[in-house]
Amino acid sequence: MNDVRLRVNGVARQTAVPDHESLLTTLRERLGLPGSKNACEQGECGSCSVLMDSELVCSCLVLTAGADGRAIETVESLGADGVLHPVQQAFVDAGAVQCGFCTPGLIVAAYALLRENPEPSDLEVREALSGNLCRCTGYGTILAAVQRASRAMYRR
Amino acid sequence: MAVHVARDVDDATRAVAVDERAELIAGGTDLMVEINFGRRRPGALVAIDRVQELRGISRSGRVRVGAGVTYTQLLADDAGSAALREASRSVGSPQIRNAGTIGGNIATSSPAGDALPVLAALEATIVVRSVRGERRVPFAEWMTGPKRNGRARDEIIVAAEWESAGPKQTFMKVGTRNAMVIAVASLALVVDASRRRVGVALGSCGPTILRADRAQSFAAGVLDELGWERQAAPTETACAEFGALVASAARPIDDVRGTAAYRSHVLSVMAARALARVAVLG
Ligand SMILES: Cc1cc2nc3c(=O)[nH]c(=O)nc-3n(C[C@H](O)[C@H](O)[C@H](O)COP(=O)(O)OP(=O)(O)OC[C@H]3O[C@@H](n4cnc5c(N)ncnc54)[C@H](O)[C@@H]3O)c2cc1C
Ligand code: FES
Ligand code: FES
Repeated sequence: MNDVRLRVNGVARQTAVPDHESLLTTLRERLGLPGSKNACEQGECGSCSVLMDSELVCSCLVLTAGADGRAIETVESLGADGVLHPVQQAFVDAGAVQCGFCTPGLIVAAYALLRENPEPSDLEVREALSGNLCRCTGYGTILAAVQRASRAMYRR
Repeated sequence: MAVHVARDVDDATRAVAVDERAELIAGGTDLMVEINFGRRRPGALVAIDRVQELRGISRSGRVRVGAGVTYTQLLADDAGSAALREASRSVGSPQIRNAGTIGGNIATSSPAGDALPVLAALEATIVVRSVRGERRVPFAEWMTGPKRNGRARDEIIVAAEWESAGPKQTFMKVGTRNAMVIAVASLALVVDASRRRVGVALGSCGPTILRADRAQSFAAGVLDELGWERQAAPTETACAEFGALVASAARPIDDVRGTAAYRSHVLSVMAARALARVAVLG
């Protein structure tokens, strides 16, 4: 086992993990944060997306023991006390959530985009979300949700 | 030591030297898939993703790109290689480009590795280091087969180096969609006008990255006539002939991603377009 310290959603956490454990498993099964989803474990679907030291990555491809000392933000850091983050609210309002399995990863990816680029073009949104798969919506409502979130966050 | 987070290259070379089970992990985008699916179970791991020495790009004389440089970094600073930027942009998705490194691509040595045709066409040198010292391997001698190369277990790839080749270069890739796709066939073309050299390299078209020698000589002849430094378009016939020569250098197979015949066809199309494209760049 390896002792690891992580800063998760602003809180210092410490845990012991086996050598080969992915950050996705650690978040879900040791740290009580099941928001990041496991749909492929091979980097293809993006449902496990988190920010690691502010960069969007697939948590299924991060070796937890190698991430000792890093800062992680998961979907649980967005929205507080029953109030949705504007990105989350926009997904609800645009009807971009069907089964919901892809939603947490898409919310984190959209949030990462809108932090860097307040007014992305449609093509920029497509590029930014190209690592996230959705089997239900056909993506149209998701693209609309990101534009809605951009307006809500930056009050245009 | 089961998992060791390396501070610097010396620390990492020592860590892999002392434990013969140790394997390196950089961005994890190749290795973690293997681990998650139980195909590989390294007895010990040395994480090198935060080794700053490996993350630099320098351009004093020769170009040097550290092995830990990610595709996202290369999109912001392409080290003077437009082809490397184009290849980096085609890799995976934002999540994969944020984590995946050029060193990992060189180490994995997949014939479909997108940085590899570019390094081959640039005639890059791979720099590896271990506790025994440093070794420099021309890219042409690096790959020995599909996912095989001459790296010893305890050697760390520290950088790739090459002579800056100027603006006439491009990378092209065919796959089933735009994002997140393993190349069915790919091609890098580098026209180094100041050295009067043409480099053509093919990905996913054989057991290793292949060079197209006859196509290179043919293109050099075309450029002798057109003028290497000029921005002049070759004739359609010349481009088509170049395409046919590139396709004839491939050793493609039928597999799940495409047939050998399709690969040869797309190579000839890509190569003709690539020559037309780079000839007018300046
Ligand atoms: C969803 C997905 C999409 C992908 N799409 C593409 C694509 O479009 N094009 C493409 O080319 N690749 C693609 N890949 C493969 C992968 O992202 C690249 O090969 C990447 O460059 C690997 O780098 P890494 O740092 O993540 O390697 P890691 O997974 O960390 O390591 C891979 C191997 O290299 C070794 N290694 C790593 N760094 C070094 C070093 N400095 N010295 C010695 N050995 C080292 C490790 O021991 C390991 O065996 C994709 C992967 C995924 C999961
Ligand atoms: S579970 Fe990580 S990308 Fe699919
Ligand atoms: S809403 Fe079901 S996968 Fe996207």
